[in-house]
Amino acid sequence: MTASKRFRRWGSVVLLPLLLAAGCGDDEEETGGTGEEESAKVVKIGVIAPLSGDLTAIGTGIKNSVDLAIKQANENNAVPGWRIELAAEDDAAKPDVGAQAAAKLASDRAVVGVVGTYNSSVALQVAPVLQKANVVQVSPANTNDTLTRGEDFKTAPKRPFSNYFRTATLDSLQGGFAADYAWNDLKVARVVIIHDKKAYGQGLSESFGRQFQKNGGAVLTTETINTGDKDFNAVLSKIRSAGAQLIFYGGEYPEASLLSRQAKNTGIKVPLMGGDGIVDPTYIKTAGAEANGDYGTSIGAPPESLESAKTFIADYKAAGYKDGHSAYGALAYDAANAIIRTLPTALGSAEAVDESVRKRIVEAVGKVSFDGTSGKVAFDEFGDAVARTLTMYKVESGSFKAVKTGEFEG
Amino acid sequence: MRQFVQQLVNGTVLGATYGLIALGYTMVYGIIQLINFAHGEIFMVGAFGGLTVYRYWLPASMAGNPWIALPAVMIVAIAVAVGVAVAVERLAYRPLRNAPRLAPLITAIGVSIFLQEAVRLFYPGGKRQQPFPQLISSGTFEVAGVTIAWISVFVVVTAVSLMIALQLFVKRTRMGKAMRATSQDPESARLMGINIDRVIVVTFVIGAALAAVAGVMQGMRFAQIDFRIGFLAGLKAFTAAVLGGIGNIGGAVLGGFVLGIVEVMATQYVPHGSSWKDVWAFVVLIVVLVARPGGLLGERVATRA
Repeated sequence: MTASKRFRRWGSVVLLPLLLAAGCGDDEEETGGTGEEESAKVVKIGVIAPLSGDLTAIGTGIKNSVDLAIKQANENNAVPGWRIELAAEDDAAKPDVGAQAAAKLASDRAVVGVVGTYNSSVALQVAPVLQKANVVQVSPANTNDTLTRGEDFKTAPKRPFSNYFRTATLDSLQGGFAADYAWNDLKVARVVIIHDKKAYGQGLSESFGRQFQKNGGAVLTTETINTGDKDFNAVLSKIRSAGAQLIFYGGEYPEASLLSRQAKNTGIKVPLMGGDGIVDPTYIKTAGAEANGDYGTSIGAPPESLESAKTFIADYKAAGYKDGHSAYGALAYDAANAIIRTLPTALGSAEAVDESVRKRIVEAVGKVSFDGTSGKVAFDEFGDAVARTLTMYKVESGSFKAVKTGEFEG
Repeated sequence: MRQFVQQLVNGTVLGATYGLIALGYTMVYGIIQLINFAHGEIFMVGAFGGLTVYRYWLPASMAGNPWIALPAVMIVAIAVAVGVAVAVERLAYRPLRNAPRLAPLITAIGVSIFLQEAVRLFYPGGKRQQPFPQLISSGTFEVAGVTIAWISVFVVVTAVSLMIALQLFVKRTRMGKAMRATSQDPESARLMGINIDRVIVVTFVIGAALAAVAGVMQGMRFAQIDFRIGFLAGLKAFTAAVLGGIGNIGGAVLGGFVLGIVEVMATQYVPHGSSWKDVWAFVVLIVVLVARPGGLLGERVATRA
């Protein structure tokens, strides 16, 4: 009895500091005050992105880039009388968590807009929640067609969410661009397709397959995998005898990198091609030397070829974030600026953010037009970016090198 | 046929890892009837322990030499996992030794979340995947058209040797005899002069050591680890333990291999098998439990009176 009492006391002595530490462990970089007058009214721009789990690298890049846009706006006093704050929420790449984050942000009266999400599957749950509260959503990364054009996007496009915009491009364009590159430039005639069954992966794979077959190529087989799996030897052994010249993967880098590695170790010595979901340094880090020769498409022209993108990269570096801006940093920065630009007029002389302010912002974002870091930022009648430039990257000696930039006209 | 053998090889490698982790579940259950849901996290913590020694402690000259680096990584991984497991037993499970069974079970789930979050928050860069060193060649060789990776050979040989060693330990040593006695009837065992607390600690130590080895091997195979790897691995290993007959050491090994092989065969021979492989794994589990409620090898331990 005494032993257990003594133990309990010791236990609490050991555990208490741990718990306290855990309590303050989560706040990372706070959005810095700008030294303006304390009385400035506050509006918040939300971020919903994966800040934990496999996709953290991308989510953190999105969050930091929005933070940078906000800091610059505050410094330049872009919205007179108001101070902008960042409200970042983690969606853990899960639709249900994202929906909760959206509800939290929507109920915060100071929130005027949300940048996010990364995953199309999460956006499908987030957009309706934000729409109900008239909060504008601008995604830097969703590429699934149904988000802006509805289920029948091929035949009868109809916009499902009036508050939803994106600076990213569509899977039907991205998949088509990849299919044309494989057929015309790589002279590949037989492929196998693997995807992860998520909205993004499946949509991208289907549009790739459609265009590839239209070109005259053959899709030998389509396999699906589960996100979170690590051992793909079984599925790879199965497709090994099919004799494909290319594996097209619809999904993100955590699984893609393992697939690439294990494919080559299984004796399938053909390149893997994917969409923007695999173009991240983590892909190469995990896949190792086996990644060399793989392909991935990405949205926009290569940043190093654009003057505006160079400025963004330099500013991002100067701001001293611990993590890189990732493939979506520039698009997230543009998305945040699309919202910020509408604020001076939309807020007007309002004392606080209310329904009518939020409605004005949604309307105004649809009409923005400015030169962003990755090209022109403007949206069409569906909320899609008018800029449709795509770039094909190839992994060469450990990094992604741009091999072709262009547009897909379908 | 070649395809079948290839998949059999894939399944054996997968099953070896499942079996190794399943041993920890089954032994703890056999001794104290606790389903230790934190065991998957011990596996994860072990892998992170191994990564730590490689990344921060080994001088670069030694890290390049697999003959030094591999044992160092393994030993530290085992030490970390054993340390955490013993602490968990002391702090979380022992105070609840005589509590209703549900209490330690829920505690185990709490410990599991605690360990995951601890690694996520406090390990440098723990929120994202960490690259794991390749201490064994990632190369492959072919036997009659079947491709086998060297790391797979290492995994299977290590796992099977450890399983045999464990069997010998339990069957041949004094401590093993004490473990068997405790599992049959803890009260009588205590009356016979067996230090039950010690037996329980040794059980946790062995389970943790095996899980740590599995963790390092998984890290080397997939070249990366993250704070969530314990969840899925733990779930699969628990399934393997139940499939083989929980509480039964041979059963855990058999269950692991059966589960691994069922998964790969479903991928190969069932349409859409690769995304449904877990479904087939659990279908097999249900069928086995309906036919043999005690699992494949039955539950040989006596339940408490």
